[in-house]
Amino acid sequence: MTSPAATGSPVDGVLATVTIVLSLVLAGWALVATLRHRPPDRVQFVGLAVLEVGLLALTVVALVALGGGERPGEPGAFFGYVATLVCLPPLAAVLARMEPTRWGSAIVCAICLVTPVVVVRLQQTWEFVGTGGTGG
Amino acid sequence: MADPVRSPGGPAATPPGGTTAEGAPATNRGPGRLLIAVYLLFAIAATSRAGLQIATRLAEAPVAYLLSGLAAVIYIVAAVGLARAGTGGRRTALVCCLVELVGVLGVGALSLARPALFPDETVWSEFGSGYGYIPLVLPVLGLAWLWRTRDRAV
Repeated sequence: MTSPAATGSPVDGVLATVTIVLSLVLAGWALVATLRHRPPDRVQFVGLAVLEVGLLALTVVALVALGGGERPGEPGAFFGYVATLVCLPPLAAVLARMEPTRWGSAIVCAICLVTPVVVVRLQQTWEFVGTGGTGG
Repeated sequence: MADPVRSPGGPAATPPGGTTAEGAPATNRGPGRLLIAVYLLFAIAATSRAGLQIATRLAEAPVAYLLSGLAAVIYIVAAVGLARAGTGGRRTALVCCLVELVGVLGVGALSLARPALFPDETVWSEFGSGYGYIPLVLPVLGLAWLWRTRDRAV
């Protein structure tokens, strides 16, 4: 981990950890709702909203770092993941509202399981350059 | 607009507004909506990534990036097809799922046999291993769901 900048990755910190934990907790809650044949409840929608706020904050932190001259290891993949990430909770919320059955909860569960994966991939695409990029 | 009392998977649960024959739920209900969610997920992921790669450095790995772009379009069309339901939507989704299956198997095999063809990853490289093999499972689930909701009146 020979990061070019001494400050380290902007997407790897308390904020990222919080979003991952929150997302997993929400996925667990939604899974219980799915297994109990319950439609998405208020907790799920509020949780998605809080998760989205966290992800937007993460995006802002990343953009600020970019503004400060730091570059992700794989810019293409990094921006792809950022764009995907901020779309996830709204996608889950819209679809869950359209589907007021257990499958709505299943959608929330699935999206909340994907979100931590995308956050981790985001961190990997930022740090990739340190492990030996191929260059042009 | 949907009624949460009836289970969409049940034998007598013809959803209101459903377009298939009696017994089968429409493709955009219940588990189908979950499938659409995953398709949209991949549509967003593949589009944002491929779009940027094609726009900024197409020359580096044209085959890989154009394939990713094609995959992105197919995910979008499949999601729309499933969401629209109806005969046309089902046909669209069917074609998309088949193309996806052929694509992920073909590109997956080629990326292992001839890695030189793909200097950069695509969604379908190594059978979608970079995406948790979901690209491989997704078309199968799509076909299974289309089969389960098929029009029994025909």
